[in-house]
Amino acid sequence: MLQFILKRLGLAVLVAFTVSFISFSLLFLSGDPAAALAGETASGEDIEAVRRLYGFDRPMLVQYAEWLTAALRGDFGESYYFRLPVSSLIAERLSVTMTLGVCGITFALLTAVPLGVVAAIRPNSLVDRIALFVSVAGQAMPSFWFGLILIVVFAIQLGWLPPSGTASWEHFIMPTIVLGYYAMPAIMRLTRAGMLDVLSSDYIRTARAKGANERRVLFRHALRNAIIPVVSLAAVQMGFMLGGSIVVESIFALHGAGYLAWESIARNDLPTVQALILIFSMFYIVFTFLADVLNAWLDPRMRTG
Amino acid sequence: MSEPLLDVRNLTLDIPTGSGTLHAVRGIDFDLKRGETLCIVGESGSGKSLTSLALMGLLGKGIKRSADRMTFDGTELTTASTRRMRALRGDRMAMIFQEPMTSLNPAYTIGDQLVEALLLHRKVSRQAARARAVELLEKVGITAAESRLSQYPHQLSGGLRQRVMIAMALMCEPELIIADEPTTALDVTIQAQILRLLYDLGREMNMAMILITHDLGVVARVADKVAVMYAGELVETGPVGDIFNAPSHPYTRGLLRCIPLPGKTARGSQLGTIPGIVPSLVGEVEGCVFRTRCPHAVMECRGAIPKRQDGEHAFRCIFPDGKRHSEKELTA
Repeated sequence: MLQFILKRLGLAVLVAFTVSFISFSLLFLSGDPAAALAGETASGEDIEAVRRLYGFDRPMLVQYAEWLTAALRGDFGESYYFRLPVSSLIAERLSVTMTLGVCGITFALLTAVPLGVVAAIRPNSLVDRIALFVSVAGQAMPSFWFGLILIVVFAIQLGWLPPSGTASWEHFIMPTIVLGYYAMPAIMRLTRAGMLDVLSSDYIRTARAKGANERRVLFRHALRNAIIPVVSLAAVQMGFMLGGSIVVESIFALHGAGYLAWESIARNDLPTVQALILIFSMFYIVFTFLADVLNAWLDPRMRTG
Repeated sequence: MSEPLLDVRNLTLDIPTGSGTLHAVRGIDFDLKRGETLCIVGESGSGKSLTSLALMGLLGKGIKRSADRMTFDGTELTTASTRRMRALRGDRMAMIFQEPMTSLNPAYTIGDQLVEALLLHRKVSRQAARARAVELLEKVGITAAESRLSQYPHQLSGGLRQRVMIAMALMCEPELIIADEPTTALDVTIQAQILRLLYDLGREMNMAMILITHDLGVVARVADKVAVMYAGELVETGPVGDIFNAPSHPYTRGLLRCIPLPGKTARGSQLGTIPGIVPSLVGEVEGCVFRTRCPHAVMECRGAIPKRQDGEHAFRCIFPDGKRHSEKELTA
C-alpha cells in the first residue's frame, strides 16, 4: 500500500511539472503579452520598452524556470491590473471557491449516493422513477437558469435567503444547491448502475447464504464495491467545481477564483491567469491522487498498480 | 434418527415470464437424514440449482415457491420468517456455490470473510473466530493457513478459493451443507481432490449433504441416495445401489448409458446419447415431461403418470418397470 502511494505521488509530481509548463507556454500562444500590456495606442518603441521591462525578450525556458522557482515559494508576481501580489489576491478569492466547492460536492454526494442506492434496491419503483426524473432534469437544466429560478423563488418571492454575496453561511445555500445539483446526476446514475451490478453478483449471494442481514449485505458487501467508480468521478467533479464554478459565482456575485480567472483573462492579466491555471491544475492532480489512494484502500486489486 | 433432517414434499417453483408462467420445478419430494449424502443429478436447466436456492431461502424476487411441506429439523421453512431463515442460513445450513472465482467479495480479506458467519451466529471473540478459521483452512488442505487470512481473493487460485468457500461453509459446523456443482469451474485434476475433501469432511462432522452435480462418476462414489431430475421433476429417487444397478426410469437408464463404467462398458463400444432437447416449461405441463425423448413413449404418456414406489426407490412412469414390454432394450 505504501509503495503504491509513493508511486502515485511520484506520478502526480511529474504530471504537475508537465501541466505547469503547458500552462506557462499556452499564454505565449495567445498573442504578444508585451503588446497587450502596452495598450492599443502604444508605439513600437513603447512595446519594446515594456518587453524589456517585464523580461519577455529572454528565452521562454529561462522565463519558465524563473516563474516556476518563484511560484514554488508562493510568489506569483504582481497582478498587472490590481498592482497587488497575485498570491494574496488569489488566497482571498480561493477561500470562497473552496467553501463553495466543498459544500457543492458534499451536497451532491449526500443526495446522489443514497438516492442511487435506493433506486438500485428497487429498480423501476416510484423512487427510482423520481430519481431518474431529478437526474435528467439536473443534466438538462443549465446552471444559470436553475440559479435564477432559485433567486426568484427563495430570495425575491419568499425572502428566505439572501440573493447574492458572501457575508454569511446563508449566502452559500443557493450556490451550493446549484453547483451540487450540477454534479449530482452523474454520481447518482453511476451509484445506481454500480449497485445494480454488484447486488446481482455471486458474492452478495454468498453473504446472504452466511445469514447476513440486508443492511449488512447492502452497506458492507455491496456499497463498498459499488462506490469505487463513484470516487474517481467525484474527484474529477470536485476539480471541475473549483475551476469551473464561474457561472455560479457570477449569478450569486460570489467573488471567487473562477470569477477572478474570467475577469483576468478579459483584462489580459497574465500573472494572475498563469497562477490560477497552475492552482486549478494542482487541485485536479491532488484530487486525482487522493481518489487513487482512496480507491486502492477500497479495492485491494488496485494496490498493485 | 428416524425423523429426517430435511423433508420436502411437493415443492413447486414458478417463474412468471412475459410469455406465461415458467414451471421450473414441479412437485418434487425428497428427504434426507443426518449424515446422509443426497446427489441431485440432471441436465443444465433441470431445476437443480433453483431447488437448492429454494431450500436456503435465497431465490430471486419474483420466483414463487410453494410446498406441502419443507421442514428442516422440524422447522417449516416455507412459513419461517426472514429473521428465522437468516438465523438458520450460514449456521445450521450452509451452501457452497458453483463459481469460486466470483463467490468471494473482492474487497475483504479471506480472514474477514471466514470469520463473518461465525461472528454473525455465535458469541465468540474475534481471536477465537480467527483460530477456528485457521483450523478449518488447514482442514481443507491449505498450507500456511495463518498467513492466508490476510490475503485477498484475487491472490488465490480457483482451487484455493473453492477450498476457502468450503471452509467458510463449515465455520459454524452446519448440520446440512448444500454444494451446487462445487467443482464445475475447476481444473479436472482439482475436481477429484475437492470432492474427496467434501466427502471426508461430511463424514467426519456427520453432516447431511446435498450434492448437485451432473457427473455420475462422482455420484457413484459419494452418494447414499440419488435423485434424478429432469425438466423440473424428480423422475427417479432411491438408494445409490438401486439407481445404478436397477435404474427404472427411461431417462435414468439413458443417463447411465452416457457414461463408461469400468468392467461394464465393453472396450470400443459406443457410448449412448439421449436424442432431442428439454421441452419448454412455459405454460401448462401435462403428462410425462420425458415423453418427447423417450424410446418407450406411447399415447398414454400424455395423461397422468403414476408414482411407483418400492421401499425407498421411487420413479414416475406409466410402465411398472419403466419399459414397454413389446420392445426389447437396445443396449443393456
